[in-house]
Amino acid sequence: MASGPLEQFQIKPIIPIQVGDLDLSFTQSSLMMTIAVVLVTGFLTLAMRGHTLVPSRLQSMAELSYEFIAGMIRDSVGPEGRKYFPFVFSLFMFILLGNLLGMIPYSFTYTSHIIVTFTLAFAVFVIVTIIALVRHKLHFFSYFFPEGAPIYMAPLLIPIEILSYLARPVSLSIRLFANMMAGHTMMKVFALFTISLGVFGVAPLAINVALTAFEILVAVLQAYVFTILTCLYLRDAIHLH
Amino acid sequence: MMSVRSVKRAAAGFAALALTAAPAFAQDGGAGLPQLDTNSFATQIFWLAVTFVALYLLMSRIALPRVRDVLEERDRRIADDLEKAEKLKEEAEAVLAEYEKALADARSQAQAAMAEATEKANAEAAKRQQALADTLAAQVAEAETRIGAAKREALENVRQVAVEVSREATLRLIGGDIAEADAAKAVDAALKESA
Repeated sequence: MASGPLEQFQIKPIIPIQVGDLDLSFTQSSLMMTIAVVLVTGFLTLAMRGHTLVPSRLQSMAELSYEFIAGMIRDSVGPEGRKYFPFVFSLFMFILLGNLLGMIPYSFTYTSHIIVTFTLAFAVFVIVTIIALVRHKLHFFSYFFPEGAPIYMAPLLIPIEILSYLARPVSLSIRLFANMMAGHTMMKVFALFTISLGVFGVAPLAINVALTAFEILVAVLQAYVFTILTCLYLRDAIHLH
Repeated sequence: MMSVRSVKRAAAGFAALALTAAPAFAQDGGAGLPQLDTNSFATQIFWLAVTFVALYLLMSRIALPRVRDVLEERDRRIADDLEKAEKLKEEAEAVLAEYEKALADARSQAQAAMAEATEKANAEAAKRQQALADTLAAQVAEAETRIGAAKREALENVRQVAVEVSREATLRLIGGDIAEADAAKAVDAALKESA
């Protein structure tokens, strides 16, 4: 019971798997990822099972999530973004489910680990850069010099632009990881206060109730932020400036 | 969104404060942040890749095409229905126009028939009147000829009688018989004189 507020982030193997020197154990984090995939897939296939013209409640939820991401891509990337819709949709659902499942007591938030969010952000970064290079070839590098800027500013602007471009996966991953970790840590801290303060624990308990609602908002919001930033990067890759 | 983010940042700062302020709860044995434990990186990256690729394949191959099909089917049905409604409306308008045309036709036909009937009746009446007038005129003419003939006959008779009377008178008065032709000539001259 008297565990530290950071103990919840400990990775615990369920099925130990060792491949050579690498520890690829199936952990509670892997379990939550699997549950997320199963839930998203189950939700969509179950909702669309009847695929009726007049949707049932579950079907309208599935259609709503589809239209939400499709609209986001249409608005921020344009019609060229349609190709990347399944990727962006998977990304949003994966992060959203990771964040929301983490709100269930005794579960685990896989998005609270920097390595997970960084891998996702890095994947986005690599994909976006490849798309940009394939579309614009060498012309892509003109991205690092803003159009219309005086040429003598180039020595200053180009390093800044390159740095900010390279900082994208870092800021994208740290934003999500820090939000998730801070929220869960805070909740755990107040939960521990509640226990240690006895009767007066009602006050931190009340805070935790409010925090729970706040954390659910953050969970949805951060999934949205991650996705919309991915869309904006995609737009930059397709339209350059 | 900005405000939520700044609240979030403040919250994170507060959490860090709480962490340092409550070392009694920390029983990690100085292991540091579990997130920075590089030993767990391989498994997390591996399972993240496996599950995310699986999710991507499930979404792009199975789940999303189904949703898209339903949405497209619905859009098509709505467009179809609208088109059908538009067609029916046009049809209804055509029928209405036809009906109004038929009504107008019938009305004008009725008027034409009525005008024709009136004209025919007028013509008939005129004809009958004409016929009556003709008959009357014929009768008048016939009567006039008959009267004329009668008058001529009467005059002829008068002449004949005058001729005979004049011959008789001559015979009695002077005892001389005169030729009938002379008597007639004398009568005619007298008649011409008196006429």
